[in-house]
Amino acid sequence: MKLKKNIAVSESGFLFDPNTGDSFSVNETGKKIIELLKEEKTDDEIIKWFAENYEIDKLTFENNFYDFAAVLQNYHLTE
Amino acid sequence: MKPKYTIAVTGLNNTDNPGPGVPVIRSLREAESFDVRIVGLAYENLEPGIYMENVCDKVYQIPYPSTGSDELMKRIEYIGKREKPDVLIPNFDAELFTFMKSEKYLKETGIKTFLPTIEQFEERHKSELPKFGKKYNFDIPFSKPVTKISDISELRYEFEYPLLVKGKFYDAYLAYTPAQVTEYFNKISAKWGVPIIIQEFIRGTEVNVAALGDGKGNTIAAVPMRKQYITDKGKAWGGITLGDEKLLEITRNLIQKTKWRGGMELEIIKTHSDKYYIIEINPRIPAWIYLAVGAGQNIPEALVKLALGETVEPFKTYDVGKMFIRYSYDLIGDISQFEKLSVTGEL
Repeated sequence: MKLKKNIAVSESGFLFDPNTGDSFSVNETGKKIIELLKEEKTDDEIIKWFAENYEIDKLTFENNFYDFAAVLQNYHLTE
Repeated sequence: MKPKYTIAVTGLNNTDNPGPGVPVIRSLREAESFDVRIVGLAYENLEPGIYMENVCDKVYQIPYPSTGSDELMKRIEYIGKREKPDVLIPNFDAELFTFMKSEKYLKETGIKTFLPTIEQFEERHKSELPKFGKKYNFDIPFSKPVTKISDISELRYEFEYPLLVKGKFYDAYLAYTPAQVTEYFNKISAKWGVPIIIQEFIRGTEVNVAALGDGKGNTIAAVPMRKQYITDKGKAWGGITLGDEKLLEITRNLIQKTKWRGGMELEIIKTHSDKYYIIEINPRIPAWIYLAVGAGQNIPEALVKLALGETVEPFKTYDVGKMFIRYSYDLIGDISQFEKLSVTGEL
């Protein structure tokens, strides 16, 4: 999954799509995922990072991660 | 020292269906290259721009174009002699034809305009838009002019419901049944006359572009915006500038192909599959023009310079993510102001 290049993300987790004018708010976890996507990390690298840094097992995170990815895709925020 | 120009401006109706006059004047007052003295031209004596502070230096009432262009031009001649405006910026679709037709005459009396040509104005009419799309290769929703109520029952052979019912200058309603089309036909034709335009309804997001063409094919300015808050009249009460390169490409392409002269507003529907349909081309500056100024392109200032024959370099950038939010505000006036305007036609 790749985040569209022109998506702007603020420190507070506010996303702005300059193409459509849509804006979104994400929580701390969402913000971290977006940050990692901006660093062009792969899905596997993101899942691994969360499993290592949060008290969560890989499978549970993976399920939630792909739900979140579907939301991003639904709002045309990914390529 | 900056030069000072006298600019006559119409469209002072800063209501919930606002004319562009007040934001145009606000933009001109913020012009970096000149100072202005504003002569407001009002059709109704309760247009808010007449009474707002720091908007008009002088106001004249003018007759509606529907009373005949001779009447309107006689009044403009009178105002011209007294105020000697350098430039006139008409802001209503319904008055543009009269001012375009009189462009040469106005110029002889020292009043310059920067308007589209009659041909440009005519070929982008709502009823002509499909032909326009074919001629210049733009995607346009299928549409057809209707002049009689009896034609409405035949629409089902060419359109799927819902469809849009539009006035030739203003107003648009989404109709789900022939009965609704009849209702809107009556409502719009009573106000704006016929034809009524029936337009295919394209699902998607409406986006708009405010632009300025120099008449030679160059786009001097273009700022795209999406309405974020829409009134029940379909007017933007809030909006945000967009960075959609495709919208700019369509605008530049249209201005280049038509050699558009003057201000314009493109109304475009962007579908979910990223197709762009032009649904209207308004041949004037839109009422949300101050957002373009806030984003870095003072389109009214550039238009005045073009009208005065100056060379204007195209704007290269604007700020994406600039927003505007309209608000309503109660002005306190005095009956004496209203009296003066009503009795003498001037304030």
